[in-house]
Amino acid sequence: MINAVGREIPDEILRATGKEPFQGNNYKNGVPFRRQGPIIRPNMDNQHSKLVKDIHEALVRCRAHSGMTISFHHHFREGDLIVNMVMEEIHKMGLKNITLAATSLGKAHDPLVPMIEDGTITRIEASGVRGKIGQAISAGKLKGLAIMRSHGGRVRSLMTGETRVDIAFIGAPTSDDYGNLRGIGGKTNCGVLSYSHIDGDQAEYVVAITDCLVPFPNFPAHISMTKVDCVCVVDAIGIPEKIATGAAKPTTDQRKLMMADYCTQVVVNTPYFKDGFSYQTGVGGASIASTIYLTKIMEERGIKMGFGVGGLTKPMCDLLDRGMVRVLMDTQAFDLDAVSNVINPAHHRITAGAYANPFNKGAFVNRLDYVILASLEVDVHFNCNVVVGSDGVITGAQGGHPDTAQGAKCTIVICPLLQGRIPAICSNVTTVTTPGESVDVVVTDYGVAVNPNRHDLLEALQKADCVPLVTIEELRDTAYAIVGEPEPVEFDDRIVGIIEARDGTIMDVVRKVKTFD
Amino acid sequence: MKILKPAVAGTLESSDCMVTVEPGCGELELDLDSTVIRQYGKQIRRVISETLTRLEVTDARVTVVDKGALDCTIKARVECAVYRSNDIRDALPWGGAIQ
Repeated sequence: MINAVGREIPDEILRATGKEPFQGNNYKNGVPFRRQGPIIRPNMDNQHSKLVKDIHEALVRCRAHSGMTISFHHHFREGDLIVNMVMEEIHKMGLKNITLAATSLGKAHDPLVPMIEDGTITRIEASGVRGKIGQAISAGKLKGLAIMRSHGGRVRSLMTGETRVDIAFIGAPTSDDYGNLRGIGGKTNCGVLSYSHIDGDQAEYVVAITDCLVPFPNFPAHISMTKVDCVCVVDAIGIPEKIATGAAKPTTDQRKLMMADYCTQVVVNTPYFKDGFSYQTGVGGASIASTIYLTKIMEERGIKMGFGVGGLTKPMCDLLDRGMVRVLMDTQAFDLDAVSNVINPAHHRITAGAYANPFNKGAFVNRLDYVILASLEVDVHFNCNVVVGSDGVITGAQGGHPDTAQGAKCTIVICPLLQGRIPAICSNVTTVTTPGESVDVVVTDYGVAVNPNRHDLLEALQKADCVPLVTIEELRDTAYAIVGEPEPVEFDDRIVGIIEARDGTIMDVVRKVKTFD
Repeated sequence: MKILKPAVAGTLESSDCMVTVEPGCGELELDLDSTVIRQYGKQIRRVISETLTRLEVTDARVTVVDKGALDCTIKARVECAVYRSNDIRDALPWGGAIQ
């Protein structure tokens, strides 16, 4: 069946997953559902100790078994040690057919590939997968399906019971012996524990893993003892410096600075730029430079930001320290400056659900005026691809891309026209992650294209005459004139993964890559 | 032109390619490795063989390691490697055999 973004979703996949094809952003708006709850074993014994001596004991206490689903958060990003530590023990115990329902997986988890090959891990659910695991999935090594869902979509899937987590492992910078967890105060701080909040609510068992045991009560707790079954103390849960790996330093690349300037001009010349506006941006060089340019114009015009949200970085925290934004709402710290900034009383921690879950009664993303995003590819239908590389191999993560793009009133995607020889603006993206209906403006180094559905934005930008306006087709044609039109990548028939839309419908499928000869 | 001795042109930097030509065994033999082989493999092969034809190279072992170079770069690297293999450095036929 062809879905609302023109992608063929084979019936066999609809049958196997019980899912519907994507039918537009607001298809499930207002549709009632029952929130599912986990099985809980009450603890009334005041002699009971939650402390376990190692991961093995935690697994035994939580009835680890073949076929179970386990979950992790990715607040330590490339510095994460927890996933590998737990999976090694599970591998040693000989358990098989594990579903790994992590919030995201990265290069830090390359050592899991042999466990995919030997059938220890047979399903993966995550925001996305970078590094060797992505290559392994694209090569067809994972027995079952990989499901890629956004941060908001993941919370939805736990709430509806679509994903049932048997054991959630929560890496906690500090914990007391009764499982009050905080993202700060220890030796491996990540600032917030936002992604794991829903796991605390919905998992059957919750294991806290910490490298800094503190006296009871560790308060105010970011995740409460009322949700935690076991506490396990280990030598190290993460490598703090690697939290910022991949995050950008201020760029001097003229191409990026030009795109940052275009982006800032788009923001300040559209109607939502007024005192109290809300804003989210990412970690790309151009996004960060754009935030810095924007600050200057805010100062000149006496405009302050109402709230900033999201994965936060130093430039956003600087705005807070200088009184240029009223509050920051934090789901993830992208660098150590953002981690240490959480002590500012106007820097609030929010759960991933409050941030982006489409199935609650209103998430922060719905109140965004602007979001600045990046994309691997954007096509002439304004569809974005942030998960699968142009060579067909899984290499990225949805993150909050589809959530914020749908929520924000003005969604701006910054994307250089060419990535090496690969045209980033193309006729059809390899895989759709964010539908074109969510994307309003595309900023490239060869001009700015406005989604034709947004007459209002186009008019405002024409009137301001601040950026070179082009059509998205013109951008694609310019790209193809320089590098040549790419041949479509050849895929095998086998489907190795699905890109799930925020509401649980299927946006696209990912197929096994054919060996090229 | 004949390939008189092994010669190399280009680098392994992003958006460049490294072309090695060696004397062949009576025919053209092309070994291509590219970061964009899935999308541009055919086009790169075509550009290389067109360039070799223009230079009248019919007997060579050509190895190209491509890092996403544009067609103009690939042509220039092939031309350079072929002329280097003949030790020709001056009075290059610009606008003729070299496009």
